[in-house]
This record gives sequence, C-alpha cells and structure tokens, in this order.
Amino acid sequence: MSATTALVPTGSQTVGPFFSIGLNHLIDRAPTRAAGSITIQGQVFDGDGAGVPDAMLEFWSPAEAAWRCHEQSGHPQPTIEARPQATSGSDQAKSGEPLAEPTDPATGYAAGFRRVATDGDGKFRVTLLRPKPAAWPDGRLQAPHLLVLVFARGLLRHLLTRVYCADEEAISSDPLLQKIPAERRGTLVAQAQGPSAYGWNIILQGQNETVFFAW
Amino acid sequence: MIDQPVVPAAIPGTQPEYHYPPYRSSVARSPRQPLMLLPQTPTESTGPVFGHGLIGPHDNDLTAQCDGEPLGERIIVHGRVLDEDGRPVRGALVEVWQANAAGRYRHKVDQHQAPLDPNFSGAGRFLADDAGHFAFKTIKPGAYPWGNHHNAWRPAHIHFSLFGAGILSRLVTQMYFPGDPLLPLDPIFNCIPDEAARNRLVSQFDLERTEPNYALAYKWDIVLRGSCDTPFEGAR
Repeated sequence: MSATTALVPTGSQTVGPFFSIGLNHLIDRAPTRAAGSITIQGQVFDGDGAGVPDAMLEFWSPAEAAWRCHEQSGHPQPTIEARPQATSGSDQAKSGEPLAEPTDPATGYAAGFRRVATDGDGKFRVTLLRPKPAAWPDGRLQAPHLLVLVFARGLLRHLLTRVYCADEEAISSDPLLQKIPAERRGTLVAQAQGPSAYGWNIILQGQNETVFFAW
Repeated sequence: MIDQPVVPAAIPGTQPEYHYPPYRSSVARSPRQPLMLLPQTPTESTGPVFGHGLIGPHDNDLTAQCDGEPLGERIIVHGRVLDEDGRPVRGALVEVWQANAAGRYRHKVDQHQAPLDPNFSGAGRFLADDAGHFAFKTIKPGAYPWGNHHNAWRPAHIHFSLFGAGILSRLVTQMYFPGDPLLPLDPIFNCIPDEAARNRLVSQFDLERTEPNYALAYKWDIVLRGSCDTPFEGAR
C-alpha cells in the first residue's frame, strides 16, 4: 500500500449464476481474425472433478490491442501498448503524438479482450491473435502469454491466471514460469492440438490445480 | 521491485477469501494452493478500453427497455467510480444486472416461483463520465430464496461489473440497500470480514437525488483497485 492510498477498494462479490443477463453482450462478441489467430479450447473443473457449467472467462491480450493501434496509426511496428483508460491527456503529452485508440469507434469494443462462458459441461473456446513476447521488469523478454480472469458462482473474487503456448520455445526460459514450482508449471501451458489450436483446462481445486496469482 | 504487484495488496479483511464454507458453492470451487505473486509487466499494467459505441439509448434506464413499464418501485441509483487515490475513473464501463421486483431473474436457471415481468430485462450498462459519475434508473429488486441453507434468502441487490484503468482493477460485486433485515443473515454479503468494508457494499438513501412524485434515489460509490496514473508507468 502506497503512502498516498486514501480509499479502500470496494469488496468483491460473486458473479453468481445469472451473469449472462448483464454480461452476455460481450460474450463471443469480438470479430475473429483469420490470419495470425489461435484458438484455445478446454474445460473448467471444480474440486470434485465436475465441469463448471456457469463459469465466465475473460482473456486479455495487450499484443492484440497494440496491433490494432498499429493498424490504425500506420506505425511500422505494433509497439504501442493499450492505452490506459483515464489518462488520455497525459498520454499525449508524454508521447508527443496522439495515441491510436485500441477501441472500435463504431461498436465501442475493446481490442485484445475476449469474454467467453462455459457450456453445460464446463467447456469453453476462444479465438484471438497469437500473443507476442512482452517485457519483464528487468528487461528480459517473457514468453508470449495471455492473462485470464475466471469468474463463477462460488468464486467470491475472480481468479487470475495466465496461459502460454506449449510450442513457444521461450517458455523454457520464461522468468515467471521459472518462479513456479516445476511440477505446477504445466498448468499454465496450453498443448498444441493443431497448427493454431491449443487445449487448456482450468482446474479450480485439487490434483493438478491451476496456478492462480495474487493481485 | 520485481515481485511487487501492480496494485497494492488488498488490506486484510477487506476482500473475501476464496474458501468460505458458509457460502456452500465456494467449497469445491476455491483453490487450495497458495496464490503466487505476479510482478508488474505490460500484461498486467494495461487493460481493455471500451467506448460509447457499446452503449444503447436505454441501457441506463431499465424501466424504458420494453413496450410497457415494469412493475415495482422505481429507483435512481447513482455514484462515482474512483481509484484508490480518490481520482475519478473516467470512462469506466459499468455493467449491471438484477432480479425484478418480485425477486425473479430473466434466466433459464432461475426457477423461483415468482412472476417474470415482460417489461423488465434486468440488464443495463453505461460509462462513467469525466468526473467518474454514473447514474441509472431501474426498479428496486426483490429478495429471493436460494438453496444455500434452510430458509436462505438473498437480500435485495444489484450486480455490478466494472472495468477500470488496467485489467487488475477489474471488479465484480453487488450493491445492497440500507436497512435490509436479510443482510446480517446473508453469507455472500458477510464473506467480507471487515465490518466497515462490508457495509460499504450498502448504498445510501439519497433524498436530494429523489425525483418528487416519481422515484426514490440511492447513492453508491465504488473504489477500484490501483491508481489511474501509476500502474501504467511501466507500460510506456
């Protein structure tokens, strides 16, 4: 907690079983890119080994958001990170030029974001741009990955995890994966099932429990 | 610095634990392994940015989405979306959903023996303005029974989902109403150990924003994790 912190963040409550009423409008909403996309499919399991039929997953890919900025701005490289929400004025001052907007002006949809719901068996499927390497605080590169948020009835706070692709060589030296005990690392790695298809399960509890992060 | 999370760690007691047996569904769905620390990297310090194109004309008025008016007590709910430094989270996407006045959700899983209202979807969404303000019109949701324990009833509540500046400020929560006798009995509300933090989930009756002869008003401010400025320094 920093010295300037004045307010206590609002407490989390479960998304409950009826979230589709309010959250469905963003589920499976993003356009699917044919070129350069990957599909990840799998199943969410609870501690009894049962599929979780009322989970919602949100995937965050800064690389895809940056790519959209790149397409709009005509910069030679998609190096612009997703623009933070509440600092538009200061961003322009810092970079000296307007940042491209990673949001579709017509639909309001945020590039790099996917929301999917599990089906009656706990299965999900998501398609997005293949992730890119990202910087680690000390300057090394991290292996390409996506951030994943898990919401469900029974989860009083959402869970946070990451997914990597098994066929990326960089995962063997990824700085974050190296911090995770070897026997649990595999829970964050999606296995290749085809040229652009991966399989990855999320196990909320028990044997092979997925690694989740504090934040 | 490498192991510093992007946002400050939660103050003990102000957020629920995953494993909270009084809420039965948490027992088989909560992780048992300790959570790992996540350092600040561009993945964590950025987040999706949604725009006005997402918002339809009646998305902030749940009483005007159908041909007729929904049954129940019209209310105005308003407040501000702030960061931990008290600064407004401009443009924050807020999504809401709720039961109707009879305590019934428009959802196939909800089998409560209470009537659906053909004039009430129970869904809304809007963006916070430049000062972090939001406001929407709806009807007061009803309490409803659920299967958690014998004679369990959820207090009246509205579900909120918010996106702030950066993916780590993501919040899903529920807003309650003052004076509800079901609050002390509800395991979901009581999953937050700290009494003051728990009570901040309860909105306040706001006479000033009441519209005479039309609707009562409730005020509820929401604080998202992190700061609108600092989490993004590392991402530039």
